[in-house]
Amino acid sequence: MRRYILHRLWQGAVAVVGALLIVFVAQRLSGDPVALLLPMDATEADFEAMRSALGLDRPLPVQFVVFLRDALLGDFGHSYLWNMPAMDLVLERLPATLELALAGLVFALALAVPLGVLSAVHRGGWIDNAAKLFAMLGQAMPGFWVGLLLIVFVAVQLQWLPAYGRGTVGHLVLPAIALGWYPVAAMTRTLRSAMLDIMQSDYVRMERAIGLPERAIVWRFALRNAAVPLVTLIGVYFANMLGGAFVIEVVFAWPGVGRAVVEAVFARDFPVVQAGVILAAVIFVVVNLIVDLTYGLIDPRIRHE
Amino acid sequence: MNAPLLSVRDLKTHLFLRRGVVKAVDGVSFTLDAQETLGLIGESGSGKTMTGLSLLGLPPKPAGRIVGGSIVLEGRELVGLDEDVLAEEIRGRRIAMISQDPMTSLNPVFSVGEQVAAPLRAHDLAQGREAADLAIHELGRVRVPSARERSGDYPHQFSGGMRQRVVAAMAIACQPRVLIADEPTSALDVTIQVQFMDLLEALQAETGAALLFITHDLGVAASLCHRIAVMYAGRIVETANARTLYGSPAHPYTQGLLDSLPRLGRRRGRLTAIGGAPPDALRLPAGCAFHPRCPHATDRCREAAPPETRLDDGHIVRCWLHEDGS
Amino acid sequence: MSEIAPAPLPGFGVGRAMRRVVGRGFPWIAASILLLVLVCALGSPLIAPHAPDAISLRDAMQPPVWQEGGTTRFLLGTDNLGRDILSRIIAGARISVTIAAYAIVLSGFIGALLGMAAGYFGGIVDAVISRLIDIQMSVPALPLAMLFAAVLPPGEAMVVIVIVLTYWTWYARIVRGEVLSLRERDYIALAKVAGVSTPMIFLRHLTPNILNIMLVLATLQFGSVIVFEAGLSFLGLGIQPPQVSWGGMLADGRNFIEVAWWLITVPGIAIMAACLASNLLGDWLRDTFDPMRRQL
Repeated sequence: MRRYILHRLWQGAVAVVGALLIVFVAQRLSGDPVALLLPMDATEADFEAMRSALGLDRPLPVQFVVFLRDALLGDFGHSYLWNMPAMDLVLERLPATLELALAGLVFALALAVPLGVLSAVHRGGWIDNAAKLFAMLGQAMPGFWVGLLLIVFVAVQLQWLPAYGRGTVGHLVLPAIALGWYPVAAMTRTLRSAMLDIMQSDYVRMERAIGLPERAIVWRFALRNAAVPLVTLIGVYFANMLGGAFVIEVVFAWPGVGRAVVEAVFARDFPVVQAGVILAAVIFVVVNLIVDLTYGLIDPRIRHE
Repeated sequence: MNAPLLSVRDLKTHLFLRRGVVKAVDGVSFTLDAQETLGLIGESGSGKTMTGLSLLGLPPKPAGRIVGGSIVLEGRELVGLDEDVLAEEIRGRRIAMISQDPMTSLNPVFSVGEQVAAPLRAHDLAQGREAADLAIHELGRVRVPSARERSGDYPHQFSGGMRQRVVAAMAIACQPRVLIADEPTSALDVTIQVQFMDLLEALQAETGAALLFITHDLGVAASLCHRIAVMYAGRIVETANARTLYGSPAHPYTQGLLDSLPRLGRRRGRLTAIGGAPPDALRLPAGCAFHPRCPHATDRCREAAPPETRLDDGHIVRCWLHEDGS
Repeated sequence: MSEIAPAPLPGFGVGRAMRRVVGRGFPWIAASILLLVLVCALGSPLIAPHAPDAISLRDAMQPPVWQEGGTTRFLLGTDNLGRDILSRIIAGARISVTIAAYAIVLSGFIGALLGMAAGYFGGIVDAVISRLIDIQMSVPALPLAMLFAAVLPPGEAMVVIVIVLTYWTWYARIVRGEVLSLRERDYIALAKVAGVSTPMIFLRHLTPNILNIMLVLATLQFGSVIVFEAGLSFLGLGIQPPQVSWGGMLADGRNFIEVAWWLITVPGIAIMAACLASNLLGDWLRDTFDPMRRQL
């Protein structure tokens, strides 16, 4: 297990460096990177200073190494719009994004776990068919559109919940549904097929044969076995919710990382975009690492490997 | 004469498949007394496992269903009992099963201690710490070495033989009156097999439970069983005391099985297999299901299924050859 | 135990209808929707009842025809500038399909070529390409799109580039695996011995074998691209006005969310229908070509 974790850490480091490479390439692709990194009203002297600071006269690999070094030291440039380090600006928004992503995950699981389990237990029954239909439709509905519909019908017409901004728990409900919408289908399907296999297994038969109540067999003994494939999906989608809730955050005017990045794109505030992308990559790696550790918690066979 | 502990009469369990109906158990009758070991013997597909599952009210869902007959345990009819009642009062509590493959019969993500304690908790015999202690005690009873230390271990940390003991501990945890062992040793090495058979015998002596021993191996059955019932195509074709059955088998199928058994002292090359293949479960032959493979088949065998014929005390056979002699 | 399968349940009512929708026959409804989208895309100026950008303030904010106050002139209503929603949906189909076509062809071509090269040559080529795939996949797609949206000028070309950069790994990964197993076949080895040139082997021997799986991927990608493009355009980073796109319509409609529900409902339904149809058809193709590859 320890060697496995070390291996995954190494892979994660490679992935982060890869992401930095992509950011670097994007920066250079755009023509003059200095134009990206400086505000539009910068003077020629600013340009000169930035050029020599970035070492743009040096060969590209050297420039990348310098870029990497700065990144490792936590220097991702300065947001000229907000006059603060770009990464600080993004990190400041992270709690809001984290809150929303967690709520989205809770919504997705609250729907997917019962649906997946029940459609496996009552295979071919009405729940199974309804879940299939729901998954099919749900996957075709973009989350941000679901968000817009929720605003129109739940917030505006029924006036049940606030539509915009962050604050109370009520503010969290609609964006969480919109964000958690997309993963429901995949999670339900994965859980269903895992549970179908497990409910046919010898150990479930044994558990029935010694008289355990069916409810305990399904929700305790079988479900923990089905959790491993589910956790994989949770990791993928949670990382995406954290790193890519751009449209949903804009729709609900949620003050998170995603909205900050979108605003930065419009303002040509490239350091902030760059910081947001790198943060997303780091989150992706960290979440996947946590997922790997969770496997060990759930499945002793992995823990003892 | 006392009523038997368990009495099965004309049990019928059918599987309703897309392609037709399989009469997996088709009129099985037998009795089982306390302390007794009955061997249920047959080829795979003969319905012996399905018989065991039917006793627990667990024919494979959704295809399988008990369609007729009765199972009376300690004077109580089990067929038609509510699913919840079966789970609460019968399974694990009165009748328990040791399943076939120890490698797949334990839940991989729960410790063995938890799994052995589960039936105790489910049947409300113990809770919390007490259930955990009892589980350790049960593990000791099935001779798992250093049971206390190992109760927190997971199935993958045990060998096949040890896992089968854990399965046995789960089965006997609630002191069931009837223990069903379904080919409990077929997945084990020979030496481990012998150990486990000894353990089963010891456990039976300790608990006084009746044992229904399901196997395809006449040799294994001979060493353990008091009485033996031979199954073919969903029916018991012959029941007798072990000694009688091995000494003077009455049914041609039993004779064929015994002839195909390698024995010490017999000259090599005389091993005879039964000709032909087991019948297609969806299209059983008319009359006696064994007639296409039977060396003594007559027209009568092709037309009608033979009734039970009682030869002498406890020796029952279903074969037209013996109908006249009764 | 594999023998044991439940007997077919008698079908009736809702259950049977659902089974037909989710069943395994050819998805006629899905295919018809896709055909409709294609027809709209190809013939949009001819089909549309109005010019999509014809402003008529007198007709602003007309509800759809079935709503009180709706007229048959504007079947799906009008927006704040009196532009006909139906005509704009039809015009939006053109953009969506055009973007999807470019994006699918380019990402399919690039992905397949790199995948084939990685699988066929192995060694250092495979190592480099596989690492590239790994890196690409370790950054979630949307932040990457943001990055390129920030450095490239907005518009159709940018959208296509962003989608290609995101999706080429789909093809590359799967084609690589496919070619890895093909490479070991006798006829490939024979062709090599017979001196057939590498481009010829790619074209004549490898390509025909991956066409099925490419078709499945392309069909599934269509729906995905439509949603992706809609998201970018909704943010204002994709298709720019005055060009009409479904995502842009949603963004416009968002400003009138309290008075005109149809402005955000109708374009969303168009997106959903196109995506649903492409998913269903893709699933069906996958099951038909290769029932073993359900995990794709």
